[in-house]
Amino acid sequence: MNGFRNLFSKFSAINSRYREPRIAMSGAVRLSLLVLRVYLLALVGLMIYKFVLIVTQG
Amino acid sequence: MNFFARLYYPLRKAWKAVGLYLVIAGPGIVVMVADNDAGGITTYAATGAKYGYHLIWFLLILIPVAYYVQEMTVRLGAVTKRGHAEAIFDGFGAFWGWFSLLDLMIVDWLTLVTEFVGMTAALAIFGVPPWITVVMVILLMAIIVLNGRYWTFEKLALLFCALNLVYIPGAFLVHPSVRDVLHQGLIPNFAGGFNGQLFFFLMANIGTTIAPWMLFFQQSAVVDKGMLEKDIPWGRFDTLLGSIVTVVVAVFIVIVTGTVLPGIDIDSAAQAASELMKTDRYVGTFLAIGLFDAGLLGAICISLASSWAFGEIFGWAHSLNTKIRQAPWFYATYFLMLVTSGLVVLIPQAPLVLITLFVQVIAVTLLPAALVFLILLLNDRATMGARCNTPSQNLIGGVIVLSIIILSTLYGFSVLFPNLFK
Repeated sequence: MNGFRNLFSKFSAINSRYREPRIAMSGAVRLSLLVLRVYLLALVGLMIYKFVLIVTQG
Repeated sequence: MNFFARLYYPLRKAWKAVGLYLVIAGPGIVVMVADNDAGGITTYAATGAKYGYHLIWFLLILIPVAYYVQEMTVRLGAVTKRGHAEAIFDGFGAFWGWFSLLDLMIVDWLTLVTEFVGMTAALAIFGVPPWITVVMVILLMAIIVLNGRYWTFEKLALLFCALNLVYIPGAFLVHPSVRDVLHQGLIPNFAGGFNGQLFFFLMANIGTTIAPWMLFFQQSAVVDKGMLEKDIPWGRFDTLLGSIVTVVVAVFIVIVTGTVLPGIDIDSAAQAASELMKTDRYVGTFLAIGLFDAGLLGAICISLASSWAFGEIFGWAHSLNTKIRQAPWFYATYFLMLVTSGLVVLIPQAPLVLITLFVQVIAVTLLPAALVFLILLLNDRATMGARCNTPSQNLIGGVIVLSIIILSTLYGFSVLFPNLFK
């Protein structure tokens, strides 16, 4: 139980240490990150679609 | 006599320069040669068998591509003294940090499985059972990393890099027509026209030249080696030499299979080695030894890339300059990755082909993110100062990164939907 608590506090510490991005969020940086998010969501969606295809077609 | 006397001093000077380079040669050449891992050897062998010498020119184009991407990690590591994982956490926050770290862990573990597949298949040609290969490899890798010195690890890795050159004498043994190699290989052309299958091969060659773990490995290695800003020119030279060596080795693999196995569909490098054994025992043996070496070198670097990344984020001691007692978690993650991936290969009827395909798909989700972060971090003037990307570096790097993202994404699509480009 203690091990889990330590692990949880470690994750919390990492999350709070890196809560704020240090890089200045200029327009170009924001746009790049937005495009990256959209790209990754589309890719994950495609993978899920492929997974469903495999499952339904046996 | 006078001629030899005059030759002596330039030769001695050149030999001293080579000796000096070998002392400081580092992560650049190791990561680049390790890029010719088991999957890479398979791709090059299949390319040569399918298209002969016709795609050699394309491989040569990949020299500057690999150099420009990896050079950025040298500058970033030397200036920030941070590995790539930590740089992403720090620069873009916890969300992107966790995404990159988890994705790296998955892709590294799956790639490690494919390295073990390559190594066991290579030694199976000589009658070595897979379990002996797995045990032997883990012991060998323990010896390499547990000596407590980064310098020793790097020099041992360089020794395995030298073994990767085995393909060069192998190519001479098959007596290729130099005229054909030059005429067909150096003039840009698309043999049989530009079709879906050719596009698939071009994408596969790019995919094996730039892998996400390489960015993480080289930046962490630059930090572990203690490279400073003044060492950046050496790091650049090291990376350039590495990118040349890796492509030259790839070209010689293409020449071997292009000469001996033209028109044969190759599914794995081990299959190519077995086929070559039938025509020339020595060349087949060279290919099998090279495949084992490639898998081993890939495994050494990939497992370290993950261990460094975890150490950076969790705050564990994470240097090869430490002993096990000083950095238990660093070595624990290293061996956990290694042992578990090795065991997968020993599972009867494990879905190894599926795993190999999955590696490429998952890598596609990490590579664009890692490359975009790399470019953005290199433009952070507050951190990089004078080492910030210049407009021309941004232009070249941007075009390369955009091209890699588009082609690797299409490659990922083609793996998911094999009929897409047929």
